[in-house]
Amino acid sequence: MSKIRIATTSLAGCFGCHMSFLDMDERLVALLEHVELNRSPLTDIKHCDPCDIGLVEGGLCNADNVHVLREFRANCKILIAVGACAINGGVPAMRNHFNLRECLEEAFLNGVGVDNPQIPNDIELPLLLDKVHPLHEVVHIDYYLPGCPPSADEFLSVLGDLLEGREPALPKNLLHYD
Amino acid sequence: MSAEANMTTTNTVTPNTINIDGQDIPFKNGQTIMDAALAAGVYIPHLCHKPGLTPHGSCKLCTVDIGSRSMSTSASDRRTQTKFSVDIDRRSVSACTTPAVAGQQISNDTPALNEVRKTITQMLFIEGNHLCPACEKTGNCTLQAVAYHLGMLDGHFPQFFPRREVDASHPTVMLDLDRCILCELCVRASREVDGKNVFAIAGRGINAHLIVNSPSGKLVDSDLETGDMAVHICPVGAILIKEHGYEVPIGRRTFDLHQVGEIGLEPVILAKARHTNE
Ligand code: SF4
Ligand code: SF4
Ligand code: FES
Repeated sequence: MSKIRIATTSLAGCFGCHMSFLDMDERLVALLEHVELNRSPLTDIKHCDPCDIGLVEGGLCNADNVHVLREFRANCKILIAVGACAINGGVPAMRNHFNLRECLEEAFLNGVGVDNPQIPNDIELPLLLDKVHPLHEVVHIDYYLPGCPPSADEFLSVLGDLLEGREPALPKNLLHYD
Repeated sequence: MSAEANMTTTNTVTPNTINIDGQDIPFKNGQTIMDAALAAGVYIPHLCHKPGLTPHGSCKLCTVDIGSRSMSTSASDRRTQTKFSVDIDRRSVSACTTPAVAGQQISNDTPALNEVRKTITQMLFIEGNHLCPACEKTGNCTLQAVAYHLGMLDGHFPQFFPRREVDASHPTVMLDLDRCILCELCVRASREVDGKNVFAIAGRGINAHLIVNSPSGKLVDSDLETGDMAVHICPVGAILIKEHGYEVPIGRRTFDLHQVGEIGLEPVILAKARHTNE
């Protein structure tokens, strides 16, 4: 049987969800018998081939995030929003109460200990979005994996359900938002 | 149901008993459906209700369906002459404000009602700023626990991200309106238990917000004290006691160890704010 192909990415997140994915530890060995990783920070493959499952950590804070999310949606049959930031913006969305200029000035001009104050404007830098958005405000999301981060058991539960051809149903004892 | 069948139901009603999801539950005169259910150990999800305070009926989480109330319908009742068989007496009510009446047939824990409750809970989340990982109340929060109970995975609706103020003026209590769900528990506790009048809701609809009754509008100029029930009753992380944050680690908190549907948790939840060793 061919392996299930999974892509993963971290957008406006902290990589905590990916670390938690790796917390599956030795259970990853068994999982990788059935699963192959495609585009992912863990493989360094830069673009998605057609995939069965996409796991997206983090919300949308810049134009590149939106671009990557659209690539995932176009290539993944099942797209899962992983973690608090993907689901409701999370901690990065705390900047939504201020306008973007205020945030940039606080971080790069007026912040404590700022040396050589200037707002970065290199052409290579993706443009920031005015506000941070959860994923489902931009593309259709098929399932949500809450938690900050979701535990390794949560990943295993949802991936296990999908591998066995069931609709994912996160058990209530694994459901948490913190 | 035919009028005749209705009459039969009427005849078999046990006095001072209501029926919730097939279970007969006794009640005393003057009790609401919620009072009777809680006394019998039946959980009806709720957020703005606390036994002992005047019911407020605002969160609508306790919505239940009452069907086929035992009332006599005659053949001439126009409502029975409809073309299709409809349960004419079926209606949705708030369990916390509706008096128990003998013979009520109540649906509570049904997939349809829980789905509606989940939608209400999602709206409560997206209307405020509920970033649980960054909230001191996480694990002790009834809103979050109810969301777990209902299996809520996401907020579904677009986030409002409203801008609301923090009032950190009081030496021992802080007020973070980002998380206020306008349940009025603090308003009622202050008025009815503490004998003060520290909080009120001002504005209407989406502009409704909690205000502090003091000359400056700040908590520091009110007569609120740490021992007041109003300080401890907030179901979410809007009213927090200073200098006691994170005394109980995440993972060991009330709803890390209990389900919100367990009956008799009120003392545990209230005590939580006062002591740390559970
Ligand atoms: S008040 Fe409750 S639901 Fe809101 S952020 Fe805090 S823990 Fe989460
Ligand atoms: S501050 Fe807390 S108790 Fe008071 S209305 Fe808001 S949510 Fe309810
Ligand atoms: S608990 Fe009944 S309306 Fe809130």
